[in-house]
Parts: sequence; C-alpha cells; structure tokens
Amino acid sequence: MHEMSLALALVGLVEERARGEGAARVLTVGVAVGRLGHVEPEALAFCLDGAARGTLVEGARFAIEERPGRAWCFDCAAEVGLDRRGAPCPGCGGHMLRVAGGEELRVTTMEIA
Amino acid sequence: MCTTCGCGAGETRIEGGHAHMHRHADGTVHAHHHHHDHPHPHEDDRAPGHDDHDHHHHGPGGTIHYGRGPAGNSVPGLGQTRLVAIEADVLARNDALAAANRARLARARTLALNLVSSPGAGKTTLLVETLRRMAGVPVAVIEGDQETSTDAERIRAAGAPAVQVNTGKGCHLDAAMVGHALDHLPAVDGGVVFIENVGNLVCPAAFDLGESARVVIASVTEGEDKPLKYPGIFATADLLLVSKSDLLPHVDCDTELLIANARRVRPGLAVIRISARTGEGLEDWLAWIDAGRRMARLRG
Ligand SMILES: Nc1nc2c(ncn2[C@@H]2O[C@H](COP(=O)(O)OP(=O)(O)OP(=O)(O)O)[C@@H](O)[C@H]2O)c(=O)[nH]1
Ligand SMILES: [Mg+2]
Ligand SMILES: [Zn+2]
Repeated sequence: MHEMSLALALVGLVEERARGEGAARVLTVGVAVGRLGHVEPEALAFCLDGAARGTLVEGARFAIEERPGRAWCFDCAAEVGLDRRGAPCPGCGGHMLRVAGGEELRVTTMEIA
Repeated sequence: MCTTCGCGAGETRIEGGHAHMHRHADGTVHAHHHHHDHPHPHEDDRAPGHDDHDHHHHGPGGTIHYGRGPAGNSVPGLGQTRLVAIEADVLARNDALAAANRARLARARTLALNLVSSPGAGKTTLLVETLRRMAGVPVAVIEGDQETSTDAERIRAAGAPAVQVNTGKGCHLDAAMVGHALDHLPAVDGGVVFIENVGNLVCPAAFDLGESARVVIASVTEGEDKPLKYPGIFATADLLLVSKSDLLPHVDCDTELLIANARRVRPGLAVIRISARTGEGLEDWLAWIDAGRRMARLRG
C-alpha cells in the first residue's frame, strides 16, 4: 500500500514546515488529491492518522479535498473534464486524451498553534 | 518517515552495503532506519473537549475530513492558531532524487528501463532471455522484491551484475533505493540498466525512479481488462509487452482487446507481443532497446 509511504512523506513535510514556523502543534492539514493521481483518498486518510503519531502533527485533522481530473482531447481540440483514466471524452466519446491536470498530491495549508 | 528518501514504512535492504549501512551475516544490508520509536508527547495534553473518536466524514465538494483534531481556529489551552499556506508536492523529495538519478544516468549515456507488472508476469524470465542476447553490451540489473534475493541470483547466473533491493513491507521501488543500488553496480557507460520493480500493478506507478522509459508487462493469462482496472500504471508506460504469448492457444485472452484497453488510457502506446519461451517478439524488443540506447547516447 503506497498510501502509507505517501502519508509518512506528507507528515514529514508538514512537520518540517511546522518546525520552521516555530509551531508547538499542528491542528489541521489541508490536502489536495487529484482524481487522476495515484492516491485513493480513503486509503490515504486511513494512513495519515497513524503516520502522524509521535510527531507535531499527531491528532491533527486532515481535510482531504479531491481535485477534478482534466484532459486535452485531440479530437475536440479542447480541454475537458475527466472523472477517471480510461473514461471517454465527455464531448465526443473518444479516447484521444492526454491528462492535463488532477494528478496532484499536495499539502495546501496547515493550521498551527 | 525516512528523511533520506521519504520511502516510508518497511525495512529496505540493499545487497552489498556501504559506509552508512549495517551489514548482516548474509550480506544483505539495512539501507537506513525505517522505524520510528518516538515518544508520544501529545498523549496527555490534548485539549479538553476534543472528540476523541477516530472518525471521518464526507463534507461538501468531496472533502473527506479525517482524524480527531479541532475544527475551530482557537483551541482551549493553546491560544490563537495560525493558518499557513504551503502548496507543497508530497512527492517532491522522491522526484528530486529521481531527477538526480536521471542526470547521473544521462552523464553515463545509460538507458534505464523500469519494468513494472503484476507478480509473475514474466519480468525476470524475460530479463534472463534478453541478457543472453545482449552479449557485448554493458548491462546491470536492479531487482526489487519485498523479500528474497532469488531474482538477483537468477540474473547473476545469466552473467550480468545485479543488486537486489528488498523493500520489506514496501510495495514499490523509489528513487532513493535506485540511487543506492546504482552505487553498488558497475558503471555501464553507453549500456543499459534494467530495473525490475516489485511485482505490483498499483504502487510503482506513483514513483519516478529516474528511468528513461517505463515498460509495463502484461501476460496473456491476466485477462484483457487489466489496463482499465489498473489504469495508473498503463497510463505512465512507454511500452507494453504482452508476455507469455506462447500460452495463447490455452487461454481465452483477446489480445486485441487488451491492447485497445491499454491505448484507452495511453493513446498511441507501443506494443510488442512476446514469449520468453518461444522467443517470439524478442527481436522487436531488442530493437526497441537498441533504439533507446542510441537516444541515450545522443543525449549524453
Ligand atoms: N509459458 C511461459 N511461461 C513463462 C514465460 N515467462 C515466464 N514464464 C513463467 O511465469 C512464471 C513467473 O515468471 P517470472 O519471470 O518469475 O515472473 P516475474 O514477473 O519476474 O515475477 P515476480 O518477480 O515474482 O513478480 C515462471 O513460472 C516462468 O517460468 C513465457 O514466456 N511463457
Ligand atoms: Mg521477478
Ligand atoms: Zn473529445
């Protein structure tokens, strides 16, 4: 389950930034997960709580926000929304698509005390 | 987290070992500590009034809230809190290490291929047959498995230098492991480094290793639907090898459909039907590798 390594990396990143801000504790963490990325939000959420244990981030609330997928359709010559890889273009039903967004796994914010 | 590489839980071991590693009697080596026995300083000072149950719920806009932290911006006992914008990529550390691997390989004008597949699709068997046909070309192999060094032994028996990386509980190779493994291999200037990833159609997709190209192997016994069920790994591939084609008379696999499904998630994906048993497709595969080597020489 790669979500565990990603959760550990995420917590490490937040802890590093929190230390830099002189924080005693991290209360909430905003996370953006792209729908076309390699991360299952539920699995990530499951791992984050454990990954935070013993760190400044322990007990924090993780607000995971899914970001929509976007792709360039070569047939429509337009950017379209895409729910999942392998799905057809919502415009023309074709598959000549190149993913153009929604693959991210980013920390967006942290609330510290 | 492992602060060297962010590769997380599990106990990574790399054969051979060097200075900062612990050598074991069997020759395997702990690359670095992956366990963390921190004290739990916040256990007792949790602010009163907290909801202490683990829970998560779905909020508006698909947001999942998880954990038991407070939602307000003032916490009893902790005073005023601050909201800090970060906008940081969680995979940035791996990606930076992958970029370093890529630069290092480019300087040595080396083609690096990341071989990904489900367990048992035929990666090691194909590598052995490939290496047998690459006499005169400098090659080296990095073998990733959770446990055992049997695959590296099979490669060494075929006459090529190989280093085994055991990922422990980890389900994929990451850029740091590959960087360590490269330290243990002879330079193969102008040649090829094959990286056999952990047999897994999900997790390796997220981790750039610094490879020149990603080769996904799907055997005809796995069914036509795998590219749609595991799109991430097919979407990031540069070549699809449809392996064990000698078994086609015995299984109901529609390879045309398998290929069409793969091209749904990766339009224009190059495909070679291959059998390590009969040798079908090996010539095309070797020609593809050779073209890659020439590209690597032009870049280097
Ligand atoms: N018939 C046939 N069998 C094959 C072929 N290639 C591999 N096999 C068999 O498939 C099984 C798995 O092969 P491996 O090469 O170990 O597969 P792998 O992908 O390296 O497996 P892991 O490293 O464990 O993920 C073995 O029993 C091989 O003999 C092939 O082309 N044809
Ligand atoms: Mg193998
Ligand atoms: Zn379209």
